Amino acid sequence: MKKLINDPGDVVAEALVGMAAAHPDRLRIDHEQRIVYRADAPRQGKVGLVSGGGSGHEPLHGGFVGPGMLDAACAGEVFTSPVPDQMMAATRAVDGGAGVLHLVKNYTGDVMNFEMAAELAAAEAGTEVASVVIDDDVAVQDSLYTAGRRGVGLTVLLEKIVGAAAEEGRSLQDCADLARALVADGRSMGMALTSCTVPSAGRPTFDLAEDEIELGVGIHGEPGRERRPLAPAREVAAMLVEPVLADLDGAGDDGVIVLLNGMGGTPLIELYLMYGEVARLLDGAGVRVARSLVGNYITSLEMAGCSVTLLRADEERVRLWDAPVNTPGLRWGA
Amino acid sequence: MATVENFTAWVHDFARTIAEHSEQLTDLDRAIGDGDHGSNMTRGTARCAQLTDEQTFTGPGDYLKKVGMTLVSTVGGASGPLYGTFFLRMATSLTEVDDVGPEQLGTALEAGVEGILTRGRAERGDATMYDALAPALESYRQAVADGADLAGALAAAAKAAAEGRDATTDMVARKGRASYLGDRSRGHLDPGAASATLLLESAARTLA
Repeated sequence: MKKLINDPGDVVAEALVGMAAAHPDRLRIDHEQRIVYRADAPRQGKVGLVSGGGSGHEPLHGGFVGPGMLDAACAGEVFTSPVPDQMMAATRAVDGGAGVLHLVKNYTGDVMNFEMAAELAAAEAGTEVASVVIDDDVAVQDSLYTAGRRGVGLTVLLEKIVGAAAEEGRSLQDCADLARALVADGRSMGMALTSCTVPSAGRPTFDLAEDEIELGVGIHGEPGRERRPLAPAREVAAMLVEPVLADLDGAGDDGVIVLLNGMGGTPLIELYLMYGEVARLLDGAGVRVARSLVGNYITSLEMAGCSVTLLRADEERVRLWDAPVNTPGLRWGA
Repeated sequence: MATVENFTAWVHDFARTIAEHSEQLTDLDRAIGDGDHGSNMTRGTARCAQLTDEQTFTGPGDYLKKVGMTLVSTVGGASGPLYGTFFLRMATSLTEVDDVGPEQLGTALEAGVEGILTRGRAERGDATMYDALAPALESYRQAVADGADLAGALAAAAKAAAEGRDATTDMVARKGRASYLGDRSRGHLDPGAASATLLLESAARTLA
């Protein structure tokens, strides 16, 4: 294992120390509980947005804390859900009287821990909590025989758009309804060129031959639909775009918002090359691109590869997408 | 009769055993999950093993409650809520009981296993820890009904857990990250069933 770390057991804690040092103006970090807060939380009268999950997906989620996006993010160990204590502390801390919305990626551990937090919070009384589970990964068949679709790239778009809605002063119910509508209208598919190495494990999570790709890979190096031989980018782009479009039930009134996301180990030159292929395919399918975002936003440590997320767009979603945001990971208009 | 000293020994033995098998559990998890089961369980159980250095406990219920809360707070993933719920439900079942006999332990184990079932929404054959725990509980009950003492019943439970664990190899995983593999999960032993078997083997060494 070749990583810029000190001790594998200290990676998350030490990354948070660095994050606090890099963004003292915008973030406040509770190092004991491993919670990233926007510096001015709680905001009176604003719905608090709390997300969180395993670490190793940076900038998600801590890098999306700030005005126009999340109020708090709970950091778990690498690829491991945070625990209910963290979610409860974050919920209490960001409650500005308008309630708190939990944004949960659909993984067994995340869902169970957020559920336990909600049960414990209900027992304590006080804060009104709503919860939305994000499950946009079309690689997984949603059936009784799986844990359901995974939450992947849509999480980034959803945190931005719902973050803007909360910033406008919308109610908890409105924000939760908007989030659920986005979940219904967003789909993703990813692929890996290489595996990733969890620091505490010290070895690659899976083995992939030099001439193979894993199609439908998750953001923790979980396997996807199938192994395929390595192919040119234009063919890989089709392997990602086609199943997403097939599942999406058409574009929205204003086309789609596209995220071409890097898994962490693929250079931007390849991501732009891939985005060119994706844009060409969407054009060919008659799908208009309302907005696009290209880069590493929800990663899987040093895994090489990418994912494509399409979200049906309408006027309101585009407006909320364009609204000012000021976080370490996404910043415009502010 | 098992006392709080036995339950303390159980948790300490479990922590030691998990640490010894950490790499093996991680390898099993790498094959079908995300490769963190060993390190997460090691971190959480090691923390549990420190509890008796910090405070004294009045009885098994009191102690197991703290163990459950500690696991929920330190393990993370799905294993934290699942193992945490197991100990919390056992604790509730053993409230105010100082000396735990075979019947009472059976009731407590059943409460714990029921808790895992509720939290994880698993069924038999989904290739989860429940596939080790369910047959263990049945064998325990049967042994007690046949007149076994604690040692005999726990030995039967541990043996059944190991058989249940081994049977997960032929199952298709339907819960957790392994379920994303579909048919590709067949041929792999479930890491949760493996750690649950270690838990019962520890119990057989310490509770009687």
